[in-house]
Amino acid sequence: MAKLSFPVGPQHPALKEPENLRFTVDGELVIDADIRIGYVHRSIERSCSERNYVQDLYLCERVCGICSNAHTLCYCTAIEKLAEVEVPERAQYIRMMMHEFERIHSHMLWLGVAGHEVGFETLFMYVWRDREVVQDLLETVSGNRGHYAMTTLGGVRHDITPEMADKIREGMKIIRARAEYYAEIATTEATFLKRVVDVGLLSGERCRELGAVGPTLRGSGVSWDIRTVFPYLKYDQVEWQVRTSELCDVLGRTLVRVQEVIDACDIAVQALDMMPEGEIQAKFPRKVPEGEATARVEAQRGELIYYVRSDGSDVPARVKIRTPTLANLPAVLEMLKGGYIADIPITFASIDPCMSCTDRMVVLDDVRTGDSRQLTWPELVGLGQGR
Amino acid sequence: MQVVTPLFHVLVFPGFVFLVAFGLFASWVDRKLIAKFQNRVGPPIMQPLADLIKLLAKEDIIPEHADRAMFTAVPLVALAGVIASVVYVPMWSTTALSWFDGDLIVVLYMLTLPAFALFLGGWYSTNPFATIGATRVLSQLFGYEVPFLLACLGPAIAAGSWSISDITIAQGDGLWLISAAPLSFVVAMIALIGKLERVPFDIPQAKTEIVTGPEVEYTGRRLAIWKLTFLTETIVGAALISALFLGGPHLWGIPFAAMPTWLAGLVGMIVLIVKILLIVLFLSFAQAALARIRIEQMVQWCVVWLGIPALVNIGVIAFVIRQVGA
Repeated sequence: MAKLSFPVGPQHPALKEPENLRFTVDGELVIDADIRIGYVHRSIERSCSERNYVQDLYLCERVCGICSNAHTLCYCTAIEKLAEVEVPERAQYIRMMMHEFERIHSHMLWLGVAGHEVGFETLFMYVWRDREVVQDLLETVSGNRGHYAMTTLGGVRHDITPEMADKIREGMKIIRARAEYYAEIATTEATFLKRVVDVGLLSGERCRELGAVGPTLRGSGVSWDIRTVFPYLKYDQVEWQVRTSELCDVLGRTLVRVQEVIDACDIAVQALDMMPEGEIQAKFPRKVPEGEATARVEAQRGELIYYVRSDGSDVPARVKIRTPTLANLPAVLEMLKGGYIADIPITFASIDPCMSCTDRMVVLDDVRTGDSRQLTWPELVGLGQGR
Repeated sequence: MQVVTPLFHVLVFPGFVFLVAFGLFASWVDRKLIAKFQNRVGPPIMQPLADLIKLLAKEDIIPEHADRAMFTAVPLVALAGVIASVVYVPMWSTTALSWFDGDLIVVLYMLTLPAFALFLGGWYSTNPFATIGATRVLSQLFGYEVPFLLACLGPAIAAGSWSISDITIAQGDGLWLISAAPLSFVVAMIALIGKLERVPFDIPQAKTEIVTGPEVEYTGRRLAIWKLTFLTETIVGAALISALFLGGPHLWGIPFAAMPTWLAGLVGMIVLIVKILLIVLFLSFAQAALARIRIEQMVQWCVVWLGIPALVNIGVIAFVIRQVGA
């Protein structure tokens, strides 16, 4: 069969968000892969410079629907550094617990999607049913299933009551048992194994060269986790270890994620046990002193970086967000090349892509020199409403 | 009457109307079972019919670059092939509407028509997803069709006839041919999954990969015809397997000979419907328990794990017949 240009997206059932993957295929084999992103650019970074620090908190939470807590955590950490505000101990433990809850729900969501991508609908249905346990816990603690609005400047917004603590312990037990069951399914179900073993291979060394982060990197045997490399919150206080897999394929990434769910349950329970009594929120100034700060956290998909520059007013001069998906895109394109068409959805999904978080815009004035400029606020508004 | 009776058989019973009605019911059973396996509620009983009516009412689009004649004709050919084949498959008594020595081969051929039609439909719709799906249809055909044929030969050799009706009659004394050809039965059941393009062999459709493949450009009425083709093929395929291996409308302990013709027909019908639903249960279970595999894995696996057992079973049957005959 002749070489065929094979598009996936911007509208395709395997993709949960619009992006355009372009493949050159020879029969069932993928020869070349390229990606175009930018379909869901929402101008969040620029909008941050138009709002004050508290308003930005809610804006940053909406960068991503899945890792919303990681975004507010990272944002708050950066600004707390600038303002030199110490977060109370109890709030730090609650933040850590929420961080791990979110990891559980995100990894379980991913496992279900992975099942769906390889036509294993039952896995999808089961995992998403069990995920409801942690969703209920998130709702119990914060009042919301989605954007929890839990982390705030200087602390957290809700305290953990003893009744909540009991519920959490119970829920964590259920999730832990189910995650162990899914780890067993993922390593024993023959048709599932046929679809994930030796699919989307990328060595650890190559992953590092291409700047991959998170479970994508750890699934290739590289032990790199911001929670241990640059410990934040109380991760140096609890007992846990970085999970890696030497398999370097989709199965490796799957196992790392499932194992992280189990670990997250343990971390959350430990956080609950170690939580001291006390305040949950420190007083936070309205204006932030001049300066700049970066913060990095290990979101579910990998390392998330926030850069914030303040000019001393109550509005940040610049907020820059580097999401983990952007870091993983070069790696996933490499994984796709040389694979089968049938493996495109599962390979692409194996980095747990989140495109809306990733899309940025640069206006090139001159393609040859690469001169770029920044759009003004009215221009952006006009672009957004004009289409 | 000479014209009306065959017309009634083809259009109403056991032809078009019956097959569609039973197909819709079996599809509901299938969806409900899968839903139960997956811990869901599942659709109400009229849902498959509602889906069908909705499709019939939808806009019908033919792609600009598609070959109009082929694109329009192939779904009809596929459906016609399946419905025509029911003439030779026993549906309520041990003999089908019509039969001759060799009708087994004709039925197998006509049940292959949907696959070829799907290939042509996909190929002529000139969509990259449909093109890749179309080539997968053909690749997959090599995987399941040969083992399916070999599996159907097992009971044919054991019964000493090439007619489905004869094979069913041969099981009338109570001994089902599944006892003579157990491997062939398993092979035929698995090959049927491939024929119906269901999980784990829904490779040509693969909605997360190639967006239902050859059917991607089909909309409205024409898509409804494709859906009907696979609904009816499920019934005919399952009826064929139960006629060859499970004694068709027979069941131990029911004295068909002592009953009036209409009662024997009714009871035979019910027995067959139950058998078909059991085969649907097997299909649903496979769909719930397995993931979709890749095309090259499928062909490789089928050649080894379906082809060889089917051949072994035929060899054993032929050997036994020779020993007994000599």
